[in-house]
Amino acid sequence: MSAPNAAGWRPEMSAAEGAAPPTSSGDRGLMLEEKLIFELAAPGGCGVDLDQPQGEVSPALGRFRRAEPAALPGLSEPEVVRHYTRLSRQNYAIDLGPFPLGSCTMKHNPRLNERVARLPGFADVHPLQPVQTVQGALAVINELAHWLITLTGMHGVAMSPKAGAHGELCGVLCIKAALEARGEHRPVMLVPESAHGTNPATAAFAGFAIESIPAGPDGRIDLAALKGRLGPDVAGVMITNPNTCGLFERDLKTIADAVHAAGGYVYCDGANFNAIVGKVRPGDLGVDAMHINLHKTFSTPHGGGGPGSGPVVLSEALSPFGPLPFTARQADGSIRLIEEADAAAAGHPHGFGRMAAFHGQMGMFTRALTYILSHGADGLRQVAEDAVLNANYVLRSLDDVLEAPYGHAGPCMHEALFTDHGMAEGFTTLDVAKGLIDEGFHPMTVYFPLVVHGAMLVEPTECESKDGLDRFIGSLRAVAERAKAGDPSLKAAPHHAPRRRLDETAAARKPVLVWRDPA
Amino acid sequence: MTRYFTKDHEWIEVDGGNATVGITDYAQSQLGDITYVDLPAAGASFGAGDTAAVVDSVKAASDIYCPVGGTVTETNGALEGEPELVNTQAESGGWLFRMTLADAGQLGALMDQAAYEAYVKEL
Amino acid sequence: MRYLPLSEADRAAMLARIGATGIDDLFADVPKGLLLDGPVKGLPNHASEMAVERHMAALAGQNLAAGSAPFFLGAGAYRHHVPASVDHLIQRGEFLTAYTPYQPEIAQGTLQVLFEFQTQVARLFGTDLANASMYDGSTACWEAIAMATRVTKRSRAVLSAGLHPHYVATAQTMARFTGDTLVAATPQLVAEADDAALIAAIDGETACVVVQYPDVLGRIPDLARIAAAAQAQGALLVAVVTEPVALGLIEAPGKLGADIVVGEGQALGVGLQFGGPYLGLFGTREKYVRQMPGRLCGETVDAEGRRGYVLTLSTREQHIRREKATSNICTNAGLCALAFSIHMSLLGGAGLERLAQLSHQRARETAAALGAIPGVRVLNDAFVNEFAVVLPKDARTVVRDLADCGVLGGVSLGRLYPGATGLANGLLVATSELNTDEDIAALVAALKEVLA
Repeated sequence: MSAPNAAGWRPEMSAAEGAAPPTSSGDRGLMLEEKLIFELAAPGGCGVDLDQPQGEVSPALGRFRRAEPAALPGLSEPEVVRHYTRLSRQNYAIDLGPFPLGSCTMKHNPRLNERVARLPGFADVHPLQPVQTVQGALAVINELAHWLITLTGMHGVAMSPKAGAHGELCGVLCIKAALEARGEHRPVMLVPESAHGTNPATAAFAGFAIESIPAGPDGRIDLAALKGRLGPDVAGVMITNPNTCGLFERDLKTIADAVHAAGGYVYCDGANFNAIVGKVRPGDLGVDAMHINLHKTFSTPHGGGGPGSGPVVLSEALSPFGPLPFTARQADGSIRLIEEADAAAAGHPHGFGRMAAFHGQMGMFTRALTYILSHGADGLRQVAEDAVLNANYVLRSLDDVLEAPYGHAGPCMHEALFTDHGMAEGFTTLDVAKGLIDEGFHPMTVYFPLVVHGAMLVEPTECESKDGLDRFIGSLRAVAERAKAGDPSLKAAPHHAPRRRLDETAAARKPVLVWRDPA
Repeated sequence: MTRYFTKDHEWIEVDGGNATVGITDYAQSQLGDITYVDLPAAGASFGAGDTAAVVDSVKAASDIYCPVGGTVTETNGALEGEPELVNTQAESGGWLFRMTLADAGQLGALMDQAAYEAYVKEL
Repeated sequence: MRYLPLSEADRAAMLARIGATGIDDLFADVPKGLLLDGPVKGLPNHASEMAVERHMAALAGQNLAAGSAPFFLGAGAYRHHVPASVDHLIQRGEFLTAYTPYQPEIAQGTLQVLFEFQTQVARLFGTDLANASMYDGSTACWEAIAMATRVTKRSRAVLSAGLHPHYVATAQTMARFTGDTLVAATPQLVAEADDAALIAAIDGETACVVVQYPDVLGRIPDLARIAAAAQAQGALLVAVVTEPVALGLIEAPGKLGADIVVGEGQALGVGLQFGGPYLGLFGTREKYVRQMPGRLCGETVDAEGRRGYVLTLSTREQHIRREKATSNICTNAGLCALAFSIHMSLLGGAGLERLAQLSHQRARETAAALGAIPGVRVLNDAFVNEFAVVLPKDARTVVRDLADCGVLGGVSLGRLYPGATGLANGLLVATSELNTDEDIAALVAALKEVLA
């Protein structure tokens, strides 16, 4: 009999010594490098078995024919599976560990949602099929709309916006349309300086002049400054609540009343709705329009940068101006899709038209509705409570080592804000972020919001266990202490990631945006 | 030739009715590695304080204001391929544009070299 | 609650650590009376995985899936076979559950995919460059118009009569608020697109001319001729491709002089999904790179000199430029771009050509069969895999009646152009490699019955 551990290490052996030698392949064990798909094969192949076309291409196409096929390789299935699997392993993901990006809200993506979205009755349905063949799909839109309206205490909802920023645009366009209908020219939109960049970008796109409203010393909107600026030229105000410092805007109802009294509208950026879902209804705060990022509050997957989905809930004042198309349940229980032909007859003559070609992000609707039904009214409330509890736990576990600029003023909501105050000369928030990568964590949001110096915004979400939080807190504490002590190795972090810090200056000065065949 | 400075860290060197404009060495040191310079078109007219150019670094885009009113006559073509000239030669080869002055009297509102150095020291 | 890891004991210990007596201490900033004292009323409580799946499956069952009927719909969304490996790979957690790659050291997988995607799109479109994707074709089309107004410093766009009416509507929504002028027209039921009329509408104030290729009726406009006319007026040519598979057979718009090429990438890898999420494609000339909207991934090196990728030229974007950004776009369609890219990596240029040929072959057969039905006229001379037929009666009714026969027979022009009485009898028919001889026979039989 051979010894069961003949090939392994035994205590009587000495420890391996010296630095790891380089490898001939460039790969290091399970750390695998991967070439570009264009370097793996030349054009000409195909990894899909397709029939040989029978018959000729129409003579009428002759003068339009492509001179040569696109110069793209087609690889066999095993090559393709391996290529993308190897690439995937160079990504951090929520499935691997916490993703504490403040304001971005990376929570667990339940796999039931994926299964449901792939049911042929949802995934394999054309947007322009006759409505009698898509009643279930329209029911999903209608049912999700009902939940969104009820959870927010609003009057209506526009489902078609394709992402949060698109939803913002929808809301701001509703405001613009409402003002036009009143025959008023109000050219100014007020935006707090802590706002997401999309807010001023969106309002500017809609033709508004942007005026910034300062924050008070407690990290909230300066109520007096805002009230002082209201007037007949102000269309409205765009407020994020909870705001990007992770604080509830206590005065929002007062602000909304003042804005309404001055003839304006209140847009609420709903990026942080996950902190209050089931606990507070934005409609009760006087909000006129708010987009909901389904990928944040209702956990549709981020997918490495989209797709998103940004339904916009609307007040009674703005609902008549929402876009087409939308769904309406009929007396007989069937659901109609209201498009251009039917808008006026359906009592919606003032809508401002389409935001995009079809009805919205159906694949996200099915996932979000599945998430919502799974949690229910009680579970969603618990989601908000646990998210806020986890954030406050992070805040109070680290505020002795990292400056918490608004920590003295009371609890935070779903995200904890820290600054770079007290770090050694030359050490920055970026170094802390890169140090966390070596610890096996995705960094928090850095340098946002802009209202504090070297911001670090930590959003743990409700999906982290207490043990998981304790590990994260321990690592962030260790890295912060190295930054305070001026540990030079931190400046070179990350050391253990698939790549070291990348030369972003070179990338921007001489952009290389596509692969070119070596000359 | 006389060189003047603004509080927004532009410099302007005046030679009769003509002038050359750039950003100061202090400004480039604050901006970090410059990746791109968006220059005005020759013939464009600006008032004092108007945005005349934009200087990009990796994470920021900074507006450059026209120190005094006038009309652009020429831009620094070398910056198209070598934006880093603004880093390495901010107050010489990294100039941004040349212009004719609309009203030389506006120069009186600007700082001279000594005043600018004192101003920067206070920042 | 299966998705929440905290136990009651955890919660109590954490509250104690924070120094709070109860959870509502943490909501103390919410004014009195606005904090709900229990779950939102009128909504059900949490449900098991089994119960939710049952409910959702029942809703799914109320739809007629495209794969379970003879299916001939197009008009901006196309059904092609998607290899099994595509869906498997996009479900890898490292792709599915990653965020936008703002920390490039631990996001090289997503970034390299985007770099490959940009290259694939640029080569498909015949453009120098492409971005990392946008929401969908219709919003990408508007972004192209907006970019053309920045490049030319003009504010008038001429839209071809063959541009998908939903794309026109999307652009009109935006232009209403930006103040740009859009010149739009309704197509005529004739065999060839009226390129001459389009060219006549281009003037010295025109920022761009926007041409769908193939157009909404499946006709193929002469892009080279339109490009020359646009260039003569200092205007840009924006080509719009709603069916990327068509580019397996017909020339790339960039090669024909288009300055910006945008498209809907859904047909490759993404699937129908009742209209979304889809995939906006955007390519243009290198000289316009700093006027482009959307995210861009670029090649660089790391501190050890190894090749790597980063998001770049982000000073164009909203999170830096705020109100001066080229677009307010934030999210792209990363996962859909991945699906497209995987499907394209399997097909290659050669496979795409064959896919287009097969789809075209089915279209020729379908057109011939429909044209043989008394009273039915095929409109197009040239088409790839979508064409228009003129029926002897209102096509909206016919489409509904066909559905009652279990056939998804096409998209009526009456639905796309409500109120355009001259188009009411028009029907768009699209085909792909998925259509069988039996499908075509079923469509012909059902149409005969419905028209009888």
